Amino acid sequence: MAATAQPNVKNVWLGGVEPMKASYGKLMMWFFLVSDTFTFSALLVSYGLVRYSYPAYAGKVVDFVSSPTYWPIPEKVFDALPFLHGLHAPLIFVGIMTFILIFSSVTMVLAVEAGHRNDRATVEKYMLWTLLGGATFLGCQAWEWTHFIHGTEGGTVIKEIVDGSWVSKTVFGANLTVNQYGPPAFADFFFFITGFHGTHVFSGVVLNFLVFYRTATGTYERRGHYEMVEKVGLYWHFVDLVWVFVFTFFYLV
Amino acid sequence: MAHVHEHEVDENAGAEQRKAIWRTFWILLILTAVEFLIAFTLEAGTLKTAIFVGMTIVKAFYIVGEFMHLKHEVKSLIWAILIPCIFVVWLLIALMREGGSIFDLR
Repeated sequence: MAATAQPNVKNVWLGGVEPMKASYGKLMMWFFLVSDTFTFSALLVSYGLVRYSYPAYAGKVVDFVSSPTYWPIPEKVFDALPFLHGLHAPLIFVGIMTFILIFSSVTMVLAVEAGHRNDRATVEKYMLWTLLGGATFLGCQAWEWTHFIHGTEGGTVIKEIVDGSWVSKTVFGANLTVNQYGPPAFADFFFFITGFHGTHVFSGVVLNFLVFYRTATGTYERRGHYEMVEKVGLYWHFVDLVWVFVFTFFYLV
Repeated sequence: MAHVHEHEVDENAGAEQRKAIWRTFWILLILTAVEFLIAFTLEAGTLKTAIFVGMTIVKAFYIVGEFMHLKHEVKSLIWAILIPCIFVVWLLIALMREGGSIFDLR
């Protein structure tokens, strides 16, 4: 008891001690990320639910044709590359995107490490690389969305009942109600999951730019520490982490 | 001032850390490459899905543990982050079963 009455003695219940040895900002970022984990999990698990409620494609992979009656094979849907029209390059583009995001995570953690040494120039350099990675990823995603929305040249013939009789029509690309690649729900989940992730990447790029700007103008140097780089870094790694899961459950499985 | 000197003296500071960062990068890259290989060589099925899920969890471990530094935080923080994820496991099991029964009813 006597110890608590003395001034300058740190006490867990009287302030001055960081709980879990992490600063307030870092802890709050962690708990925000936990809540964000739930949001992304809900999206991905619902994808799993809807996927298992549809029959899987039963035939050989080479003979695959798109149909709204069964779930598509991702490698047959995502097989295009920019500037190489007509080339069948399954999952190559999404692989490049994954590499870009993982690499930008590396440059981010290198910036954090440089921040620990108060090495302003190195923090600036790696923040720029991270920004470049983030922006490139967003550009790739924009291209992929455009391709997904516009569809392939041949399209897919879809039979449906309109006013009691069967009608055939050719569908090109996908939106929230029509989908040439498979059931409309597949396109819906594509837009929602990659879109929600892309929004996170976008806000991450904005935050990274802010951190870069404040590093370049010397705000953190005057403050004496680069903890902000660490906090925004946590967010950026989380975005990378989510992509690892999206990559597995949307593109590989 | 202590931190001005620090800048000069600690020229090699963090070298160990940087090495760990690059090692993590290579692990992640190789795991992703192997995932690619499996995607085109293995027949679709429970085994393939299980391998992918396992590898994803290993990748997640490295990203969260090394990049996000959680492995080196205090135990209470590690558990405070990990334990809530039990709810995700519950949701996954519950909704997969649900998806199966929707399939049966269709």
